[in-house]
Amino acid sequence: MTMLKGFAWILIFQCVGEVVAQAVSGLWPGPVIGMLTLAFALAYRPLREPVSSAASALLPHLSLLFVPIGVGVLLHTELIARSGWTLLGVLVVSTWIGMLVTALVLRAMWDPPTGEAQRD
Amino acid sequence: MTDFVELWIYLSATPLFGLTVSLSVYVAVHSLYTRLNQTPIANPVLWSVVVLAGLLQMTRTPYQTYFSGAQFIHFLLGPAVVALAWPLWERRAELRYRAKALVLAATAGGSAAAGSAVLFGYLLGLPDEVLRSLAPKSVTAPVAMGIAERIGGIPALAAVFAVVTGMLGALSARYLFDRLGIQSPAVRGFALGTASHGIGAARAMQVHPDAGAYAGLALGIQVILASLTLPLVAKLF
Repeated sequence: MTMLKGFAWILIFQCVGEVVAQAVSGLWPGPVIGMLTLAFALAYRPLREPVSSAASALLPHLSLLFVPIGVGVLLHTELIARSGWTLLGVLVVSTWIGMLVTALVLRAMWDPPTGEAQRD
Repeated sequence: MTDFVELWIYLSATPLFGLTVSLSVYVAVHSLYTRLNQTPIANPVLWSVVVLAGLLQMTRTPYQTYFSGAQFIHFLLGPAVVALAWPLWERRAELRYRAKALVLAATAGGSAAAGSAVLFGYLLGLPDEVLRSLAPKSVTAPVAMGIAERIGGIPALAAVFAVVTGMLGALSARYLFDRLGIQSPAVRGFALGTASHGIGAARAMQVHPDAGAYAGLALGIQVILASLTLPLVAKLF
């Protein structure tokens, strides 16, 4: 029952996210608003055990959930083929640059040389 | 034989077909991935997609028919994103402490990914609407489509770029980070999530719980940053 309770809470927060998304911008997706709202709402203790149980059922299988959209994309590879290998090269290089810059900036700021750093 | 064909025609038209093949293929591919010690090149999303697309082409099954079943899996993407709240909550003290570094790294990394894609594309002479579809490629596919539409790109193309970017990140992150000597799972996860959104986060989740949590956070930050800034930046060009 705990897991189902957690799923119910997750769906409720997704609904809240969808409503806010419609009302505010329409560009931020409902689930992302739901995630951020739920992250704060977890301060309310009764939510924790159910949400934790549902999250640990769902999140290890996150890969599976991208399969249907991935199949759709692969069936549309003619869109990429039109611009050929150039496009794939651009995607590869820019993805590496993005990962590199993020990792280097974050690593540089990871342990600020203050006394506070010992906190964790 | 005709009985079999009739049965096949009947089954392949019901939602049951798409759901069954998706799950069976994924389970098979995933067990291979586990047996190969989760080596990036055996990525379960990539190989499931390849096998399934091949299967659909061989049986001449239209994507719509397949999706009528696969949509039940696709639907769970939303709740899964909401569920990412849990790993964030577990690390709340640490995240609050590192908030500034994380936002700065996400902004720098996100701009570098989008900027370099558009710049290289421009230098290589890609058409304007392709460049505009490239800009949101580090954002999860449904949002990338929305942004592309708003800034004069092609939504379908943006979805293709986003998914391919996700897979490229998931496939190559380990080698890139190892070569650079970046060891912290949190840093690796956050960088993977920033550049390669959900598909990167799914990979990070399998490697290390910290990496997964930080990748999920990075995905969320990227959605917010990109949808706020890209429409403004795109107006300048």
